[in-house]
Amino acid sequence: MTEPVLSIRDLSVEIPTRKGVVCPVDSVSYDIAPGEILGVVGESGAGKSMAGNAVIGLLNPPARIAKGEIWLNGTRIDQLSGDAMRRLRGKEIGMVFQDPLTSLNPLLQIGDQLTETMLTHLDISRSEAEKRAIAALQEVGIPGAADRLNSYPHEFSGGMRQRVVIALALCAEPSLIIADEPTTALDVSVQAQIVALLKKLCRERGTAIMLITHDMGVIAEAADRVAVMYAGRLAELGPVREILTSPSHPYTDGLMASTPLASRGKSRLHQIPGSMPRLNAIPDGCAFNPRCPYAADKCRHDPGPQGVEGRAACWFPIVRERTA
Amino acid sequence: MDLVKVKNLSRSFDVSKPWLNRVIERQPKLFLKAVSEVDFDIAERSTYALVGESGSGKSTIGRMLVGLLTPSDGNVEIEGVDLANESDAAKVAAVRADIQMIFQDPYASLNPRWRVRDIIVEPVLAQGGDTAGLAERLLEQVGLSAEDAGKFPHEFSGGQRQRICIARALSSEPRLIVCDEPTSALDVSVQAQVLNLMSDLKDSFGLTYLLISHDLTVVQHMADRIGVLYLGRLVEEADPDTLFSDPKHPYTQMLLEAAPRLDAFGREVTPPEGEIPNPIDPPSGCAFHPRCPLAVDRCRAERPELREIGTSRAACHLAE
Repeated sequence: MTEPVLSIRDLSVEIPTRKGVVCPVDSVSYDIAPGEILGVVGESGAGKSMAGNAVIGLLNPPARIAKGEIWLNGTRIDQLSGDAMRRLRGKEIGMVFQDPLTSLNPLLQIGDQLTETMLTHLDISRSEAEKRAIAALQEVGIPGAADRLNSYPHEFSGGMRQRVVIALALCAEPSLIIADEPTTALDVSVQAQIVALLKKLCRERGTAIMLITHDMGVIAEAADRVAVMYAGRLAELGPVREILTSPSHPYTDGLMASTPLASRGKSRLHQIPGSMPRLNAIPDGCAFNPRCPYAADKCRHDPGPQGVEGRAACWFPIVRERTA
Repeated sequence: MDLVKVKNLSRSFDVSKPWLNRVIERQPKLFLKAVSEVDFDIAERSTYALVGESGSGKSTIGRMLVGLLTPSDGNVEIEGVDLANESDAAKVAAVRADIQMIFQDPYASLNPRWRVRDIIVEPVLAQGGDTAGLAERLLEQVGLSAEDAGKFPHEFSGGQRQRICIARALSSEPRLIVCDEPTSALDVSVQAQVLNLMSDLKDSFGLTYLLISHDLTVVQHMADRIGVLYLGRLVEEADPDTLFSDPKHPYTQMLLEAAPRLDAFGREVTPPEGEIPNPIDPPSGCAFHPRCPLAVDRCRAERPELREIGTSRAACHLAE
């Protein structure tokens, strides 16, 4: 196996509050290989964005990394100083946020925003940076790229803006892009365009992408592997086809069954009772046990094995006949 | 029998600059046609779904149905009463009492300073009805407990809040509920709970729903009849089976193709071209022609009328 671009080992994030320490990310480990799209999926409060923010060093204090290691291309980055991290952000890790309007500066022309990023991180002249900015805009599919350098963010539509944000994320040629709900604010047809764009970039440039989303459909179409998170822990990690067609964690199984699907017809949807626990009230044992149809005594006391590649974080994983 | 008849419904919004700017810059008034000439009927005890991307006018139609907006042209007839033009106030009030609405954001649609009991009985109080024990009964019907009536909205999660919104909508015993993206703000597992609840209540109360959504899977699961909107016009109407197996309009085909699918691992799609055009200055002829792969000269010049094709209706020159 090739050296992973990003390797997260046993990462925990904690937030001290007046009522004690809460743990939005709890002992999570995963790798992302070059040219791979890892989908991180979970419902709100699962800690998927928090894990992404920890990688890029954008945890809002008092949230902090409690334990674990983050390795990027063989360098450990979780202990870097603020300065060193700033040099890394944008250069080695690009970030695409959910809302394209708030992640662009409304007062600067997009050409300036692109060249600023490149001049900060790359040793090139301004004219060279401008050339590359045009190339980046062309690559993400913005028509008339050269003329649009002088446009302001408000002159673009939502989908075009998200393309600009992606161009901004990749203009310094990072090895990893963290895309946090990149299509959630967009319409279906535009979402398809952005997903296709991310896949193309990943394939052509070998950029690793961490695709954080709650949409299983987007994961199914875009990701190579998927990490399912629940209440801060990794429930399950593996190749996307395997996880989605024969999930072994009861949570993933319930999640898949509760998604309306054409093939299921008009019958009632499967329900997972209850909802994701709040961070200050994560139940003892396995966090999923109050909602789990298979929960036994053991699940209520012991948190169960840690989720790793090929093994769900569950005492009693569902075993199925693998269909070819 | 049809509970709701929508005829030739249109709504435009004045989006002109202020008077002085218009005079100085010599600009004409600008109108945004949010909804144009929409026709459909909703049968009693059925679920009619409107789907479309943002800016397609689906929420505007919903708001005109409940009377939050008045139509610029055309009319909405509910139980045979034209709400915007009926002069008999008593008739209008009687029909109004039969309509309720569920909104998208359960955080914004509940007053944070009111107790759940007060929120739920408000529609009944407004009509001067009896509210003893009503909130408690309804809370149990939507899957919460009677003790929750004394709590405030912030004590509930998103899914529970949406249940409170549903209880409020049910309290005045309406016949029609307009649901504007009822599950868009909810997680998948909670969405399933709310959709199941809506189906159950529909059966037990004999409700009629107008479901407004952008999520095709939700619509397919819930609806008895689906209307697809594009730039304020109905481009196709069919029952779910026909619509999803045999879409007539190229826009519907594009939407179905573009929607992410759970069984489509690594599917390579050619994503649809372009985006929804500016509704202030819509394209000539068929509004979809700049993005349509099949467009011919006729589409650029002449706007297609909605016509019947089998059991569907579609507004396309080439559909058959």
